[in-house]
Amino acid sequence: MALAVEVSNLVKRFGDFTAVDGISFSVSKGEVFGFLGPNGAGKSTTIRMLCGLLLPTSGEARIAEHDIYRETELIRRSIGYMPQFFSLYPDLTVRENIEFYAGMYEVPRARARERVEELSGRLGLEGLLDRMTRTLSTGWRQRAALATALVHQPPLAFLDEPTSGVDPVTRRQFWEFIDDLAREGTTVFVTTHVMDEAEHCTRLVIMHDGAIIAEGTPEEMRTRYVQNMVEVQAAPLWEALEALQASPLVREAALFGDALHVQLREEVVDPAEAVRQALGEAGVAVEAAECIPPTMEDVFVALARGGEEAVREASP
Amino acid sequence: MSRLAHLIKKEFTQVRRDPAVLRLILIAPIMQLVLFGYAASNDVRNVPVAICDQDNSADSRQLAEEISQSRYFHLTPMAGDPRALEGLLLRGTVQIGLHVPRDFHRTLERGQTAQVGMYVDGTDSNNATVAAAYLTGLLRARGVSLAERSARAAGRRGVTMPGIRSEPRVWYNQDLKSVNFMVPGVFAMILLVLTVNLASLAIVRERETGTLEQLLVTPLRARELLIGKTVPFALMAMFDAGIIFLLARGWFHVPFRGSMALLFGMALVFLLHSLGLGLVISALARTQQEAQLTAFMVVMPNILLSGFMYPVENMPVVIQYVTYLIPLRYFLQIVRGIFLRGVGVEVLWPQMAMLVGFGVVTFAIGALAFRKRL
Repeated sequence: MALAVEVSNLVKRFGDFTAVDGISFSVSKGEVFGFLGPNGAGKSTTIRMLCGLLLPTSGEARIAEHDIYRETELIRRSIGYMPQFFSLYPDLTVRENIEFYAGMYEVPRARARERVEELSGRLGLEGLLDRMTRTLSTGWRQRAALATALVHQPPLAFLDEPTSGVDPVTRRQFWEFIDDLAREGTTVFVTTHVMDEAEHCTRLVIMHDGAIIAEGTPEEMRTRYVQNMVEVQAAPLWEALEALQASPLVREAALFGDALHVQLREEVVDPAEAVRQALGEAGVAVEAAECIPPTMEDVFVALARGGEEAVREASP
Repeated sequence: MSRLAHLIKKEFTQVRRDPAVLRLILIAPIMQLVLFGYAASNDVRNVPVAICDQDNSADSRQLAEEISQSRYFHLTPMAGDPRALEGLLLRGTVQIGLHVPRDFHRTLERGQTAQVGMYVDGTDSNNATVAAAYLTGLLRARGVSLAERSARAAGRRGVTMPGIRSEPRVWYNQDLKSVNFMVPGVFAMILLVLTVNLASLAIVRERETGTLEQLLVTPLRARELLIGKTVPFALMAMFDAGIIFLLARGWFHVPFRGSMALLFGMALVFLLHSLGLGLVISALARTQQEAQLTAFMVVMPNILLSGFMYPVENMPVVIQYVTYLIPLRYFLQIVRGIFLRGVGVEVLWPQMAMLVGFGVVTFAIGALAFRKRL
């Protein structure tokens, strides 16, 4: 399958600071490719290099089969980009913004009007087209920005934290829209620091301190990096947490809602029983302890806290 | 519609919705015209004068009468003694105090030169110099005729007074009206103020609102963005130039003797310079506020050193050399030359050559800075 994005050894330094430290990955056409990591991991810097907004210090990359150094012009025609921060003209209406960018991509006028109708219909923006963009709340601004980034029907869309600052309902709608885009053949490259969103991706990488520390499908991520997950209900919860964190069998224990998520070492054969025992010894009453499949958040916590060490140990 | 047309249309839409910019474009030129056409007049008129007349003779009273009838002076009530004059000057009640001593009439009668004391408040040196010169002229003329008459009355004859007759002939601005000097100046100045201010926001505003990033991932070329960011401002400036021209002719009745095509053609050349200046500021500034303050800092000395209000010839020699670096200076000479003297390329070519040079160089630097900051 043809590659939409192909990156090898990409480096970006700002003075002494290395924001992106020699990353390599590739994205196939039609994928929803997740780019995950905490704030400051280097996600936006990478995206900005791939969009031609920032010149890499070294390394190679091809976007839609065009070289990022020599074929920026061709790349710009093939991509849509929704920046992390609000980037529409606040003193233009939603329609004016979308139509202005249609103009920048030389979309014919009639086609631009069709696209405005189509995108606003799908994103629920119909009633807001003639509102000044300044007056919209975050969720609606993000929808308008998404419509703007996609007005020229790019084969490849870079969405930098499209769901930041939006409510859960809007977030779900966004992801449904992104799934639809992918089904229609658009490759979507999306960054987020909300780990649950990674479930929507066909494949993802996790970035940490400028490097890629994990890569795979969401399913692979959960099974490869996190095993022996146990959800524990106990009282008092804090004492249980302290007791488990002190246990040599436990790799990681963290609060998760009103329960604890505990990851035990690989050599533990019956994790649930091990937890009961550890808590029994500490004199904490266990209400429930059962093995669960890890969430993406567990994966991320494991990777980020344990850092590269955990990755090295757990990698097959 | 091409990308460029979309870009220009967008700029106009944004200007239309920004009250601050609208004020700058529509109200500022008219305000400047009114201010400089009326209020900031250099003409000496109604200068308050106090006389302390210790002679109290027919001659001294006649002198006072003459001063009070002059449209240049406004005579305030008499002062009792010379000290009172000082008080009036100190308080700013009058600008000139005239002391006519006791022996004024007798001295004249003897055919000698009478001394009068003239005290001028020099705080506003420009105005004071002109007012004092006017009053001296009036006194001299009066002195001659008083002396002649006094001499005749004393029965002497054959005394010819070595009076100096000068008949100044004023050319180009026959009525010496400062409005004729100021209004063409405003024409030139407003182009600088408007375009430097607007262009200084060109990139930094898009950068600050975050729109630049979205714009730069589109296939839009740097050249198109540069044109799209300067042409609208040039059009707005030319619109203002047109308004000022019409008001200068229709309302202020400033004579216009030269070529309109040349005037507006040179205005376009000047815009190259001022837009280039604005672009440099816009490329260097990190925030809109910084850009605005820098624009102000650049525009002020430009205006002061250009000869817009104060003639370059009155400046210290060192400063005069500095003014050669101020393109507004050349543009002012061109505008005033075209308006008042009706001259064209045959006379103004040195200034025009300088203006073209500065225009091309500044715009090139501006365009480079613009590209570099994208």
